[in-house]
Amino acid sequence: MTLTPTPVRVDEPGIDDAEQADRPWVVIVWNDPINLMSYVTYVLQKLFGYSKDKATLLMLDVHQKGRAVVSNGTRERAEMDVFRLHECGLWATMEHDV
Amino acid sequence: MEKHRIERTPDGQVALRLGADERLLLQDLPAQLRELIADPADDPSLERLFPPAYTDHPEHNAEYRRLMTDDLRSRHLAALAVMEASASADRLNAEEAGAWLSALNSLRLVLGTRLDVSEDLIDADIDPDDPRAPGLALYAYLSWLEEQLVEALADDLDE
Repeated sequence: MTLTPTPVRVDEPGIDDAEQADRPWVVIVWNDPINLMSYVTYVLQKLFGYSKDKATLLMLDVHQKGRAVVSNGTRERAEMDVFRLHECGLWATMEHDV
Repeated sequence: MEKHRIERTPDGQVALRLGADERLLLQDLPAQLRELIADPADDPSLERLFPPAYTDHPEHNAEYRRLMTDDLRSRHLAALAVMEASASADRLNAEEAGAWLSALNSLRLVLGTRLDVSEDLIDADIDPDDPRAPGLALYAYLSWLEEQLVEALADDLDE
């Protein structure tokens, strides 16, 4: 079996904070007592193009585990997703991917 | 057989089978919420319409609120305006139906927050001695409508 080397980040001179901002972010939807399960599923399908099955699984994660990651990307992209989820009334936040 | 108040038509629109009293209510509620959003006076139930974007980065969150709150507010208001304007309609086109979904949900979010509802509320019986009873009944009614509207709209999405 060939061992795959783990990529190591080397800090080169000239890389600034912009690099940090491009660390991936995840968008999380939190459970709340008001949003209907059917509505959350519909929103996830509509906003992210997920199949009904995938959207249902994500919704059930939100419902049963309290939260689920629904998308990820750059900070700019994640903020846009959070905004669209807020427009739909979902409780959504973003944080750095671990 | 239960008669649906909100139902998808064969040509992809949404039919509203609502009585006159319902229509008055569904015209008045978004009007009230629009007024409240325009002049919140520190109403905590409105905060639910403007949740935070970050939990761990207060500076980022402050920036998000600064940049995005006005836009979010106008989108909430626009949806409520459509619902108010079309409360007497027999049919909604796709755009209007989307606005109704958003507006109904906003109404439920604010009302539900005020009533401090729990998740199992819709299935539970409302205690007539509970001072929240009229509000809970209204919340249950709006939830019933929204459930029907989601069902009508979900048919349009690819599986």
